[in-house]
Amino acid sequence: MTDVPDLDDTDRALLRLLAEDAGLSASVLGQRVGLSQPAAWRRVQRLERAGVLAGRRLDLDLAKLGFGVTVFLGVKLGTKGRVSLADFERAVSAIPEVQTVEHVLGLYDYRLRVAARDIADFERVLRRRIMTLPGVANVDANVLLSEERLSGPI
Amino acid sequence: MLDDTDRRILRQLQADPTLSGAELAERAGINAATCWRRLERLRERGVLRGSRAVIDWRALGYTVEVSLRVTLDKTVPRAFEDLADAARQIPEVLEIQTFLGQVDVRLGLIARDLVHYQQLYRERILTLPHIADLEALMHVARIKTDETVPL
Repeated sequence: MTDVPDLDDTDRALLRLLAEDAGLSASVLGQRVGLSQPAAWRRVQRLERAGVLAGRRLDLDLAKLGFGVTVFLGVKLGTKGRVSLADFERAVSAIPEVQTVEHVLGLYDYRLRVAARDIADFERVLRRRIMTLPGVANVDANVLLSEERLSGPI
Repeated sequence: MLDDTDRRILRQLQADPTLSGAELAERAGINAATCWRRLERLRERGVLRGSRAVIDWRALGYTVEVSLRVTLDKTVPRAFEDLADAARQIPEVLEIQTFLGQVDVRLGLIARDLVHYQQLYRERILTLPHIADLEALMHVARIKTDETVPL
């Protein structure tokens, strides 16, 4: 990667604040890090242009929305060369319950995050939607018990 | 419980969390005052907790991302807590997840490059407490990242 932007402590503080609450206004951000509103706004613009701030994600309480179960699936595809990765990726991304799809190297080919209402609902998604995808040979499932997201090296 | 209007609002907001109040109301097909009231209620009930900025670590020079799948030595009573406490001290660890299944804990780890990864792996990861088995998955590409649910 070229052109990694130089961040100073103020940029880092802004990133930490926005990672917690992307809805903070430039004036609130400015107050928290000791900048004027226009100065804070300019910095956020710069971080967006540099691609460091890459959009927002809604923070929903999934349990309150009736999604009580999150399962991570490790998917191994069958005989390589006979399965089109692009076809698999398109089909798996179109499943509404599949929240994330990551192509990985190691024991599995793909790592999927699946949100379901309960175990019975998960079984339905697994049998009807995942196991029927083109090329799926083997699936390993782990039910998420707890999750902690950290602020990372900023 | 949520009604169809709540679901419509959340569906639109999930698709684009940057929408303004007016845009959101228009897309959900309701007036701005109703939309605002509904959002307030969803926040009060804790359904809508807010939104978070997504940081692109690649843009900050972290080109390597690895899932470390950990099996713990469960004969130790505090194995989970000790491992999580120690993992929290590593700045490059972005996620700590615990599971019911073959894997006990997964750590999401980023590094600037493979040399950096090897250094983290040897000095910080292999020295974590109570690890019985450890397996790494190297991330090649993110195909879908929106983390939305069907509402």
